Amino acid sequence: MSQEQEKNYLENGEGFASWFFTVDHKRIGIMYLWAIGVFFIIAAIASFLVRFEHLTPGQTIMTAHTYNVLFTLHGSMMVFLFIVPGVAASFGNFLIPLMIGAKDVIFPKLNLYSFWLYLLGAAVFMIALAAPADTGWTFYTPYSIESGANVILITFGIFILGFSSILTGINFIVTMHKLRAPGMTWDRLPLFCWAAYATSLLQVLATPVVGITLLLLIGERFFGLGFFDPARGGDPVLFQHFFWFYSHPAVYIMILPAMGIISEVIPVFSRKPIFGYKAIAYASLAIALISFLVWGHHMFVSGQSKLINVIFSVITYAVAVPTAIKVFNWLWTLYKGSIELSTAMLYSLAFIFLFTIGGLTGLFLGALAADVHLHDTYFVVAHMHYVMIGGTVFGFFAALHFWYPKMWGRMFDEFKAKIAFVLIFIGFNVIFFPQFILGTLGMPRRYFNYAPEFQSLHQLSTYGTWIGAAGFILMLWTLMRPLPGKAPGNPYRSLSLEWSMDSPPGTFNFDEIPTITEPVYNYGTKIEEES
Amino acid sequence: MGFFDVTSKVLKSIAYPSEMVPSIDTEDDGHHHFDHETEHSGAKLGMWLFLATELLLFGGLFAAYAIYRAKYPDMFQHGSQSLNVVLGTVNTVILIFSSLTVAIAVKAIQENRIKLVKIMLWITIICAAIFAVNKYFEYSYKFNLGIFPGTDIFYSIYFAATGVHMLHVFIGMAVLGVLLRKVYKGKYSKDNYTAIEIGGLYWHLVDLIWIYLFPLLYLVG
Repeated sequence: MSQEQEKNYLENGEGFASWFFTVDHKRIGIMYLWAIGVFFIIAAIASFLVRFEHLTPGQTIMTAHTYNVLFTLHGSMMVFLFIVPGVAASFGNFLIPLMIGAKDVIFPKLNLYSFWLYLLGAAVFMIALAAPADTGWTFYTPYSIESGANVILITFGIFILGFSSILTGINFIVTMHKLRAPGMTWDRLPLFCWAAYATSLLQVLATPVVGITLLLLIGERFFGLGFFDPARGGDPVLFQHFFWFYSHPAVYIMILPAMGIISEVIPVFSRKPIFGYKAIAYASLAIALISFLVWGHHMFVSGQSKLINVIFSVITYAVAVPTAIKVFNWLWTLYKGSIELSTAMLYSLAFIFLFTIGGLTGLFLGALAADVHLHDTYFVVAHMHYVMIGGTVFGFFAALHFWYPKMWGRMFDEFKAKIAFVLIFIGFNVIFFPQFILGTLGMPRRYFNYAPEFQSLHQLSTYGTWIGAAGFILMLWTLMRPLPGKAPGNPYRSLSLEWSMDSPPGTFNFDEIPTITEPVYNYGTKIEEES
Repeated sequence: MGFFDVTSKVLKSIAYPSEMVPSIDTEDDGHHHFDHETEHSGAKLGMWLFLATELLLFGGLFAAYAIYRAKYPDMFQHGSQSLNVVLGTVNTVILIFSSLTVAIAVKAIQENRIKLVKIMLWITIICAAIFAVNKYFEYSYKFNLGIFPGTDIFYSIYFAATGVHMLHVFIGMAVLGVLLRKVYKGKYSKDNYTAIEIGGLYWHLVDLIWIYLFPLLYLVG
């Protein structure tokens, strides 16, 4: 679509400043991708060490304090620096304007500021590591008030990151309202965009609450405000309410964009129109809405009233409905499709499998009686990682492979990437499946030590990290060394708008804003054959 | 591009964010890809979304207020009686008046009455400054009595809520100050007034939050 002589976005300008000051949404997306990639690797190394420590009961390689610091570093960095901004800010930035037929987001400069704020927040977060927090990523009071660590600085860093998240969310929502190409009606909008829209709503509406919570926590440490301190008439459970009012919707900030990715990949490699387009689109919004009403299920054993517990439990079950709708629609899209097992497709299929395990074990935890037994055990850790890695990270990896040709203008070695996938898939399950059993047997989370009878399962879990790490390194190796030659504009015969142009796209995406005349998922239909 | 060029560019962009290059104000950079109407309505929608986030930010404080007032009604009654209702009322009137002047400024720029815009923005900023001075006296009076954040839950909420609100007053003054400076430079006209309108929206929010804080803190005694 773009002219041959026009430079693509990667070639348009060289050097640090041409990236750091760019307002091009594609370059900003790529910069986010690098940044979150770096933090992902640092946080993954922390978890690798934490698992290594569990090879034997008692001290293996580190002290108990170092252990507390490392799992806090792992959790808070993964959550606030990788997975919350993660897919939405990187792929969202890169893809949304391309998918809706726009030349950029509506506030390109604000977009750049959001990225700078992200870097600033990350920098403050890193400075706080001078006296690293040992509170866990949830910063529960009263310990977070008493801890000698640099809690003020790390929470202030997260506050800044929240600002970045809010501004990105606003940018995406307004972009999708105002800049859709002619004919790109809401019911033709790609499902990734629907998911990003729901994510942005959550970012805009939930993040300010964690903002004020962290400000109050800072005030608590600085002035002794007393809101969360029982000695001064406050209530530590209030902190938990505030915290989860954000952090439960944040779970869907993490997972919804990945669901959007799966909705894009599966129809392309099944050569079938997506099944239940509207159901998937509205399910995203339904998940966003319901997710605001379930935060209390993190607090069943905190002493809140029994009636509230029952209500939160029921609503928690309700959030499974739109989630299941998505899963069944993906399965129905696969049904009798002409399935091509590309790397991106493998990650997407693994997503469905692992996310279903993660989702169903979530229902165990949403059930009041079961949760009393499983609360704060490895069962929760396993459930959470099945959703966040099996779900979000696998979706993220699917996107890395799927849009690789579009982003970099090159192809990668599918065979090696598939081997990496197999290693990651096996490694992941070996790490986390034993943790379900450990949790059921009563192994509490975040404990430095454990009873000798748990050792074999702990060791199995640790061996899994070695397999997974090998797979991840192979994946990086494969993606860092693209095949020679230029990628075609549309290697997968996708009908989506971002594939209608050269790979990589020109700086301004479209020479002329296209007019959309048909739905984007018409694979295997008459319209596709004609076009 | 060398280290110093990059550094100066960073500093410049921090000092004058709106003049940073590359800019969407430049017609030919290609990212300025939509018409004036889209830009205007888009900016307004974005601002309303931002205001929603501000309401939720204060929502946390209001929730804490509701919970602790239900738990300690006597403390809140006693605490509220100790606040200076006269200064609070004066500040309320000042803020409502400043909302009026900023609304007039928005109307005036749509009619290209630049001089009126300048006067109204000046009055708004001065009102904000008077508000801040009054608040300073209120705070220092409390400090002299030995009342600080943390004295009890009521004063913690009082200082936290009015403190965060005060921060918004200062941000609002900065926003209006930047707008005023650009008005003097002749950047705005009846064809280009989006920035003034959304700046005005922000100032209305600052006013609105105070309209809730005032009775909840000063008048429940």
